[in-house]
Amino acid sequence: MVAIPKTEVVAVRPHHTIWGDAVIRLRRNKLAMIGLAFIVFLSLIAIFAPLITPFSFSDQNYYEVLEGPSAKHWLGTDQLGRDTFARLIYGARTSLSVGIFTQFIVLCIGLPVGAISGYAGGKIDNALMRFVDVMYAFPDLLLVILLSSVFRGTYFGGSIYMIFLAIGLVAWVNIARLVRGQILSLKTRDFVSAARAMGGMGNYITWRHLLPNALGPVIVSITFNIPRAIFTEAALSYIGIGVKPPNPSWGAMINDGFSLIFAKPYMLIFPAIALALLMLSFTFLGDGLRDALDPKLRR
Amino acid sequence: MFRFIVRRILWLLLVLFVVLLITFILMHLVPGGPWDREKALSPRVIELLNRRYGLDQPLWEQFANYLWGILHGDLGISYSYSDRNVTDILLRGLPKTATLGILAFILAQGIGIPFGMAAALKQNSAIDYVSVMFATIFASIPGFVLGILLMILFSVTLHWLPTSGWGSVQQLIMPVFCLAALPAAQSARITRASTLDVMRQDYIRTARSKGLMENVVRIRHIFRNSLIPVVTVAGPELANLVTGSFIIENLFAIPGIGRLFVNGIAARDYSLIMGAILFYAFTIAILNLVVDILYAAIDPRIRYD
Repeated sequence: MVAIPKTEVVAVRPHHTIWGDAVIRLRRNKLAMIGLAFIVFLSLIAIFAPLITPFSFSDQNYYEVLEGPSAKHWLGTDQLGRDTFARLIYGARTSLSVGIFTQFIVLCIGLPVGAISGYAGGKIDNALMRFVDVMYAFPDLLLVILLSSVFRGTYFGGSIYMIFLAIGLVAWVNIARLVRGQILSLKTRDFVSAARAMGGMGNYITWRHLLPNALGPVIVSITFNIPRAIFTEAALSYIGIGVKPPNPSWGAMINDGFSLIFAKPYMLIFPAIALALLMLSFTFLGDGLRDALDPKLRR
Repeated sequence: MFRFIVRRILWLLLVLFVVLLITFILMHLVPGGPWDREKALSPRVIELLNRRYGLDQPLWEQFANYLWGILHGDLGISYSYSDRNVTDILLRGLPKTATLGILAFILAQGIGIPFGMAAALKQNSAIDYVSVMFATIFASIPGFVLGILLMILFSVTLHWLPTSGWGSVQQLIMPVFCLAALPAAQSARITRASTLDVMRQDYIRTARSKGLMENVVRIRHIFRNSLIPVVTVAGPELANLVTGSFIIENLFAIPGIGRLFVNGIAARDYSLIMGAILFYAFTIAILNLVVDILYAAIDPRIRYD
C-alpha cells in the first residue's frame, strides 16, 4: 500500500473578516490614526473638563476682564472675565456632542427611509425619493436656521437639543439616498448571486454580504457628516441663533472675540484653531475609513 | 432632449412650490411677529399694520396671494426695510453675492483643475503630495474659520488688507479666497481621481500605441474625458458658492443676499425670508439643470429621453 503523501496546508495569509481587514488597513494609515488620536484626546478633555480646570464656563470675574494668557488663566479671559481655556474645553463638549448626536438622529431617519425605499421600490420608493428631492432643493444652512428659529419658542429653545434636532432633521437626506442606492445595487451584485448559488441561506447572505457592504459607505458618510454638523453648530452660534449665551460654544466664542479682533486676536485664534483641528481630524479619519472599507478605491 | 428639459422645468416648478409652502409654514411657526418691538406697539397700531400688509387674512389666503404675486414678478413688500419692495432689495444684494460667488468659482476651478491634473499626471511626485495635502486641508477647514485666520494674519498682524466691507478690490480678496478654498480642494481631488482613472483606460493605450504625441494624448484624450465628473460637481459647487456664501458675507460685512435672510428671520420679515429662500432654491435648481444639459453635451454617451 502506497502511503499517500501528506500535503501540508500552509496558510498564505491568516484569515480575517471584512472588518478585521479594514481595521488592519486603518491602523496602517498614519493620518487617520493621528486624526483618531486627536478626537479621542479632545473627547477625554471634554469628558473630564471639571477635573482639568478649576473654572466653570460661565463664572464671571469682573476683576479679571480681558486678561492675556497667564499661569492662572492659561488662555486669558473674555469680556465678562470668563476663563477662555475653560470655555474652550467645555465648548469641545458642545461640538463633539453635536457631531455625534445629530448623526444619531440622521441614522434614525435616514436608515429606515433609505432601506424602505430600496426594498419596497415602486410607489413608496417614488414618494419617499420625491420628498428627498424637495429637501435637497432647500439651501441646507438656511433651513437649519429657519428650524432653529422655530424651535426657539419651544421649551428646549436655545439648548443643545434644539441644535441636534435642527441639524439632524436637515442632514438625514444624504444617508437616505446613500442607503437606498446601496441596497438597490447590492441586491443584484454578482457576489451576492454567487453566495446564493453556493448555497448561502438568506440570513447568511444578509449578515455576511449585504449588511457589511452597505454599512461601510454609511460609516464613511457619517464620519464626513460629523465635521459638517460641528461646523453648522459653530456657524449658528456665531450668528447668534445657536446655543444660548452662557453655554459654551466655539462659534459663540468666535463671535465674542470678533469685535476685539484688533485688540485681542488670541480670543479668536484659539476657538478657530480648535475648530479647524477637529474638522481636519475627522476628515483624516473619514479618508482613512473610506480607504480601509473600500479597497477598490485605493490607489 | 427637449422633452427632458420641459419635464425637468415642470418638476422644478413643483419643487419650488413645495419649498415655498414648507418655508411659509415654518416661518409662521417662528414665535413672535414682524411688529415686535422693545416698546410694545398699541393693539390698534398692530391691527392697522396687519391690515395694511394683508396679515389679517387667513394664512392660506396670504399664501395664495403671495403665489399670485410671484407669478407677476412681485415678491411682496418688506416689513423691516421701510416699505421697500423685496424684489428691489434682492436685486440690490444680488450683484454682490453673485460677484463673490462667480469670482470664487473661477478661482476655485482655475486652481483645482490644473493642480488635480498635474498631480495625477505625475502621480507620487512632490507636486502630487503637495496638491493632495493642500486639498485635504482646504476641504476640511470651513471657509469661515479660514476667514478668521486670514483676517488675523493679513489685517491685524500685517495690515495689508481691510477686515471687511464692500467696494474695493482689496476688500474682495479674502472673502473670495475663503469661498474658493473648499471648491478648489474638491475640484482638485475629483480631477486627480478621474484623470488617474482615464489614464488607465484602453483607449489611452490605443492612442499612445497609434504613435500620437504625448501632448495630443493628454489634451485630446485624457483632459477631455477626465473633465466629465468635474463638470457634474462644478454645478452644485457654483450653486453652493452663490447660496452658501452667507456666513462669509456675515463675517466680512458684505451687504449681499445672505445677510438679508438672517436679518429677515430676526425681524420676522416674512416676505424677505420667502424671497431669499426662493432665490436660493431657484438658483440651485437652475444650475443643476444646466449641469445635466452640459453633461450630455460633453459626453455623447449620455442621452436623455
